[in-house]
Amino acid sequence: MTDEPTRADGGFSKSEMMIVAAARELAGRRVCFVGVGLPNIAVNLAQRTVAPDLELVYEAGVFGARPARLPLSIGDPTIVTGATAAVSMYELFSFYLQGGLIDVGFLGAAQIDRFGNINTTVIGDYGRPKTRLPGSGGACEIAINAREVFVIMRQSRRSFVERIDFRTSPGNLGGAEQAERIRREGGWLGRGPSVVVTDLGIWHFDDDGEMRLDSLHPGASLDEVRSTIGWEPRVSRDVSTTPPPTDAELRLIRDELDPGGTYTR
Amino acid sequence: MSSFKVASMHDAVADLVRDGDTVAIEGFTHLISFAAGHEIIRQRKRDLTLARLTPDLIYDQMVAGGVARKLIFSWLGNPGVGGLGAIRRRIETGEPAPLEVEEYSHFGMVGRYTAGAANLPFFPIRSYFESDLPVANPLIREIESPYGDGVVYAVPPLKPDVTIVHAQRADAAGNAQVWGLLGCQKEAAFAAERVIVVVEELVDEAVVRADPNRTIIPGLIVDAVVVEPFGAHPSYVQGAYDRDNRFYLEWDAITRDEDAIQAWLRDWVYDLDGRTAYLEKLGLERIAALRPSGSAPSGVVDYGEYR
Repeated sequence: MTDEPTRADGGFSKSEMMIVAAARELAGRRVCFVGVGLPNIAVNLAQRTVAPDLELVYEAGVFGARPARLPLSIGDPTIVTGATAAVSMYELFSFYLQGGLIDVGFLGAAQIDRFGNINTTVIGDYGRPKTRLPGSGGACEIAINAREVFVIMRQSRRSFVERIDFRTSPGNLGGAEQAERIRREGGWLGRGPSVVVTDLGIWHFDDDGEMRLDSLHPGASLDEVRSTIGWEPRVSRDVSTTPPPTDAELRLIRDELDPGGTYTR
Repeated sequence: MSSFKVASMHDAVADLVRDGDTVAIEGFTHLISFAAGHEIIRQRKRDLTLARLTPDLIYDQMVAGGVARKLIFSWLGNPGVGGLGAIRRRIETGEPAPLEVEEYSHFGMVGRYTAGAANLPFFPIRSYFESDLPVANPLIREIESPYGDGVVYAVPPLKPDVTIVHAQRADAAGNAQVWGLLGCQKEAAFAAERVIVVVEELVDEAVVRADPNRTIIPGLIVDAVVVEPFGAHPSYVQGAYDRDNRFYLEWDAITRDEDAIQAWLRDWVYDLDGRTAYLEKLGLERIAALRPSGSAPSGVVDYGEYR
C-alpha cells in the first residue's frame, strides 16, 4: 500500500504536511477540544503519535474519546464506544469547557486576520450574505474559554484577510494590549490563539498579538506566503523549515485515518 | 393522560404538530428523527419555526418542502461533507421566499433549552464577548452579575411547541432511554409544550425500571410514542446502525439544485405513505450494511434490591 505513488511532488501533499505539523504542535498538551474537519484528523494523528495521553473532547458530548476510525464528522458512534465519558452537551459546555478543563481548542476558519480573529459566519453583509457559512457552532465559546486556541486552515487571499467580514470568534482583537485588558477585565479563561498551521507554514503570535511566520513547510517559499495573504506578513528573522512528515506519520494518515483521501488529497 | 401513548407517525404528527408551531427535532448528529421530518413535509404543515443546533439534512429537506418560515440554529451544514443548499439559497437570495434566521452558538442554544426546561427568564453564559453575534442577534444580551463580579451574556428561554426526539427504546407510557451521544434532547423535551418520542424498539415497563439511570425523558412529559425502526436513517443510532454516509454525500449534489431536491422529495417523501415504504425502497441490503462491524456491550451493573 505504501509503495503506491505518492500524493504530490516530494512524497507528500500540502494537506498531509499541514495535518502532521498541526498534530506535532499538540505535544505536551493534555485536553483538546476538537473541531470539525481538519482539526479532527490532526488531533487523531496526535493521539497516535506525539500525544498518546491526549484527552479528546468532542462538543457532541464526549470526554476521553478513543476513536477506532476517523470520525465522519463531529458526531459519530466511534467517538462514544470506548470513551471515558458520554455526557450531555449542557455538561460538556458548562463543566468541561466553561469550567476551565480545556487546554487547547482546535478550530478551523473561513477567514482570519493578522490578530487571529476568526470568521465562520458569512462572506459579505450579514443580512444578505454573498456566502452563508456554517456559523459558530461551539467556536465562539471555545475561543473564549479554552486556555489556548490552535487554528488549522489553508492560506489564500480570500481566507487571510486584512479585515474579516464578521467576527464569529474573538482572537487578539485589535492587538495584544487591548485583548489582554479585555480578557482580564472580563475574567476570560482563554489566552487566545497561539498557533496557526497552514498548508505553507507555521505561525505563532508575537508579543503585540500579531501572527508571525516561524516555519516554512518543505517546498513552500516566502513569495508564495506573501501572495496568499492579504497583508504584509511578519516573518521571523530565523524562519526554519518544517521537518517533513515521517513514514510513520504518513502511514497513519493514509492507512488508518484517511484512507479515502478526503482531507489529504 | 393515558399511559398507553403508542401512535402511528401519521396520527402523532397530525395531532401534535400545528401550522405556525415552533418545532424542535433534536439529536446531535445522532438519533435525528428523519421519519418525523418527512411526515411533517408529507402533511404539508406550514409556517413552522424550526429550531435545532445543527439543521442537518432534515431541515434542508423540510425547508425545501416549504414547511418553514424561520430557522433558529447554531451551526448550518452537512456535517463532515459540505453545505445545505435549500437553506443557503433562501438566506442568500431570498428565493423562492425569504427565510428568517435567529442565530446562536451551540452553548447559546443549549442554554436556551435549559432555561426553557427550568422555567428561567434567561440563561447566563461566558460566551459572545467581542463577537459580532450579539450584533447580528439582539436577543443575545450582555448582563451585569448581581453580585458585582463582572459581565456575562444572557440568552432567552426556548420553549418549543413540539419537541421530537428519537430514542433507542421506550415503554408505552413514553419513558425513553438513550445511550451514546445525548446531545440536548433532554433539555429540548423538558422545554416543550408537547413531546413526541420515536423509538427503535417498544419495551416493557420492566426493562425501563431495570435501568433507571438510562432514562432521559419520563413518560410524564410525553404525548405520543411512535415505533419506527430505522426512523433515524440516514443519521445513526448507537449500537443499532451507522450513519449512511453515502446518502450524506449524495445530498451534497442534490441540494445544489432546486429541481433535484424537489424530485427527491417526490420520490422519497410525497409518493410514499410512510416509513415502511421508505425502508422497502431503500432496500434490505443497504440497511444491513449499516449494522455495526462488531459488538461492544456495556458491563452489567447491579442496582441491588432494598426491601
